[in-house]
This record gives sequence, structure tokens and C-alpha cells, in this order.
Amino acid sequence: MADAKSESGISPVISLRAVTAELGGRPVLRGIDLTVARGEVVALLGANGSGKSTAVRTVIGQVPVTGGAVEIFGTPRRRFRDWARVGYVPQRTTAAGGVPATVTEVVTSGRLSRARFGVLRKADREAVAHALEQVGMADRAKDSVSALSGGQHQRVLIARALVSEPELLIMDEPMAGVDLASQEVLAATLRHQVEQGASVLLVLHELGPLEPLIDRAVVLRDGCVLHDGPPPKAVGQHALPGHDHVHPHDADAAPVRTGLLT
Amino acid sequence: MEFLNYEFMQRALLAAALVGVTAPAVGIYLVQRRQALMGDGIGHVAMTGVGLGFLLSTSPVWMATAVAVVGAVAMELIRWYGKTRGDIALAMLFYGGMAGGVMLINLAPGGSNANLSSYLFGSLSTVSEDDVTAICLLAAFVVLVTVGLRRQLFAVSQDEEFARVTGLPVRALNLLTAVTAAVTVTVAMRVVGLLLVSALMVVPVAAAQQLTRSFAATFAIAVAIGISVTLGGTVTSYYQDVPPGATIVLLTIGVFIVLTLLATPLARRRARASAARDTACTADVPGARGTSDEVTV
Repeated sequence: MADAKSESGISPVISLRAVTAELGGRPVLRGIDLTVARGEVVALLGANGSGKSTAVRTVIGQVPVTGGAVEIFGTPRRRFRDWARVGYVPQRTTAAGGVPATVTEVVTSGRLSRARFGVLRKADREAVAHALEQVGMADRAKDSVSALSGGQHQRVLIARALVSEPELLIMDEPMAGVDLASQEVLAATLRHQVEQGASVLLVLHELGPLEPLIDRAVVLRDGCVLHDGPPPKAVGQHALPGHDHVHPHDADAAPVRTGLLT
Repeated sequence: MEFLNYEFMQRALLAAALVGVTAPAVGIYLVQRRQALMGDGIGHVAMTGVGLGFLLSTSPVWMATAVAVVGAVAMELIRWYGKTRGDIALAMLFYGGMAGGVMLINLAPGGSNANLSSYLFGSLSTVSEDDVTAICLLAAFVVLVTVGLRRQLFAVSQDEEFARVTGLPVRALNLLTAVTAAVTVTVAMRVVGLLLVSALMVVPVAAAQQLTRSFAATFAIAVAIGISVTLGGTVTSYYQDVPPGATIVLLTIGVFIVLTLLATPLARRRARASAARDTACTADVPGARGTSDEVTV
């Protein structure tokens, strides 16, 4: 299990022990263990509704846990305050805000964990420019985010996570709906972060172009950990053990259903 | 400019200008969170405050502020903890607030719904010295919050989940937004009235974003539109003897329509330019037409 790996590190950057959580009274996590050691890249895999997004959302405190312990950098999540060390890329939603915002404005909001009172110094503006360069969006800095394609939008969200210069990146399905060119940019950006010593927790539907970066894969099914170890050599992207690749339109083959699917 | 000689007009113009600044300044965050009609709900709840003010013979403005703040906080709490359908709970609050106002004002000695109408639709010419003081204080608070905390409020309104991971006190900021919106409603109450407040929070923002690509520009233009229509509407109502609240709101909608008509060709040109940048071939063919050239048949 994961313990062998985390013992070699100092203290794990993320540690979930026997975590349970429910959404609307329905158990979604049934006691999962998950650790990310310093400098490690862990992929959280599983079908729709397996609980992988919920697991990540317990780490950032968006979903309350009903049991077990969540620690970030060795600190219980409730007492964790040093959020500048964490960069988060939420699952991309189509819902942009109701008011136009430029790429720069959105990325700048990621810097608030360092610019505590919202006062931006020269270093903050440089960090924004640098983050946009890293994802190849510097030339779109003044454009409205609503004018971007899905892949470009995702690159902006990743720049927003990188702008606080985090040690830990948490990404929820960063490759979903992203065009090939953007996927390559994202993979290169992530590789660079890992080379700099960042730890990464990725929620993925399939390993895809990020596969060479991934140290360990944790597969969830129905709120339980099904596999925790080296990413299996996929024979094709869908050959993962326990990876029930269920498309929403496969009405008869679904093991678990989220309320979002009809 | 002879209207400036009257003291009641000076007070009216000052109150109107403050509303023109504060309503869009708060409204932009509500629109960003897609809660554009929250101002309308708070306006309904504030009616109970006005009624309570009459009943207890205290200032209706301050009473309305207190009740609107409580109502706005309640709405925010319903949004967090709402086990029942949020919109149903909000409907109860809105219409309970309105009915409460009508009931209380009728219970007040010598009170009738006629007293209420100046709060429902605004009554600029009866703005008193005390009202102006209250409006100035409340407007100062609103400006302080909406400008001073613009980066934090932008982050929370844009993406609440992400804002939490930057360590921002998301709940406190949400509550602050609700309280600020409630205060704005009571600032605007005497000028445009409780039933029309929401228009000044939403329409200038909607009009501004026909032209803008950034949040900062939207904010600035929305406030500029807000001041123009409130001052313009007040002066118009002085010369034409029409109700100021309705004049202001109709003017705002007029501005929205004009800007929308102006912006349509602008947006089309922008879209074409960005499409050209993304897809145009870089090879230079002499004499070739570019995608941005107007082609008429």
C-alpha cells in the first residue's frame, strides 16, 4: 500500500486516513487511504462517480469529511492556513462569472494567497506574467476569458494555480475537454513543476499524455481504494485494472451513478 | 442650472449621485455571482424595516437598514445550510418581508399604505437633512468595501471553490457582500424606491459589459453610467415633473439598449479579428483579401 512510499519521505504533503464522506446522505467515500509524498506525482483514477473528485475536495475543505483524518503538509486540514503552498485547479466548469474578466484578472486572483491584503507589488505582477508565459498564454493576457477555447481556459486556470508558486499542485481532471496542443503545453508545464520539486495530486479519467510523469496511481471504485501502486503499463489507455471506463450513454453498464448523469 | 439654488434639489442630487455610485458597485459582484435579483429580494425584506420604523416612530432609513441586513444574512445562511429548496425559502423571506411591511405600517398610529409608497417608488424631493447624513455614511461604507476589497470579492464571486484554496475567508466575504448589498438597498430606497433598487444594481453592469472585456473596466463604466442616469433622471424629473425613480430606471434601460445596439458591430468585429488571429494563414499573398476586409456583394 501507500505506506511504504510515505515512510521514505519526511512527512507526506497529503495524507488521508480512513476518510469517509457523503454527499446528500449518500456515502461517496467509504474509508479511503491516500498519501502523496514530497516530490511525488500521484494520479487518482476511477470511473465517474467512484469518488475521486470528492476525495480531492475533502483535501481542500470543499467537502466535509464524516470520519477519518485529512492532513496537508503534516497539519490537520482544519488548522492548515498556509494556502500559498497549495495550487488548485478545479474541474473546469462552463460557468464563467456573470461579468467579463480578463485572463490577467483571473490569474491575479490566484496570487491573493501571497498578496494577503490584495495589494499587488511588482513581484506579484511579475509572477502573473511568468505564470502566463509558462502556459503559453502571455499574448492573451488582456483578452476576456469568455473568448477562450476550452484548452486555453484550462491553461488559464493552471496559470492561476501556479501564480502563488505552490509546492503542491492539486488538479481535478486537467485534461478533460482539452485540445491536443493545450494537452502538450500542460504536460510540459507539469513536467517543469515536477523538476522544480513540486508534489502533484491529479484526478484523471485516463493516464493519457501525462503517463510518463506519474509515479503512482490510486484507483478508486465505489468510494474504496481498489489499487495503489505503480501506474500499470496500459495496453491502450483503457486497460487499467479496475478502471471501469463508463460513458454516460452506456445505460446498461454503469456500476455507479452520480446524480449528474441521466 | 437654476435648480441648484434650491436646497431640496442639492440634497436630492447628492443622494442620487451616491446611489449612482453604490448601486452598480455592489451590483457588479451580485451579477458576477449570478445573483442579479438578490437586490430585489432585499428590497422586499426592507419593507418590513420601513413599517417597523413607522410603528416605533424611529427613522425608517435606519430601521430598514437593520432589517435588510438581517434579511440579507438570512438569505446567505439559507444558501449555505439550505436543506429545503433554496428558492422556496427565499420566496418565503421576500414575500414575508413585503407583507410584514404592509401590515406593520397599517398598525402604526396614523399610518397607511400611502406612507409606504414614497419608500416603494422613491421620493427625492422629501429627502431630509437627516436622510442625507444617513445616506452619506452608508454610501461611504459601501464604497470602502466594494473598492477596498475588490480583489477579494472578485475572487470569491468568480470561483468560490478556488477562493477557499487561496485561504480567503470565503464565508465572511459572502456575508460582507450580502450586508453591503442590504446597505445599498437602503441607500437607494429614498431615491429610486425599494421596488426599483435592483434595476440600478443590475442594468448599469449589464450595459457596461456590452463594451468591456475586463472586470475593472466594467466596474468603472457601470459606475459612470450609474452616476449619469441618477443625476440625469433627477434633473429631468425637476423640469418635467415626472417621478424621479421611474425616470432614472427608464433612462438606465435606455442606456442599456443604446449600448447594446452600438456594441453588436463592435463584438462582431472583435470576434472576426480573434478568429483571424487563430486561423489565418501567415503566408503573405500579394493582393489577397484579408478576413477582416469588408466584402460587399
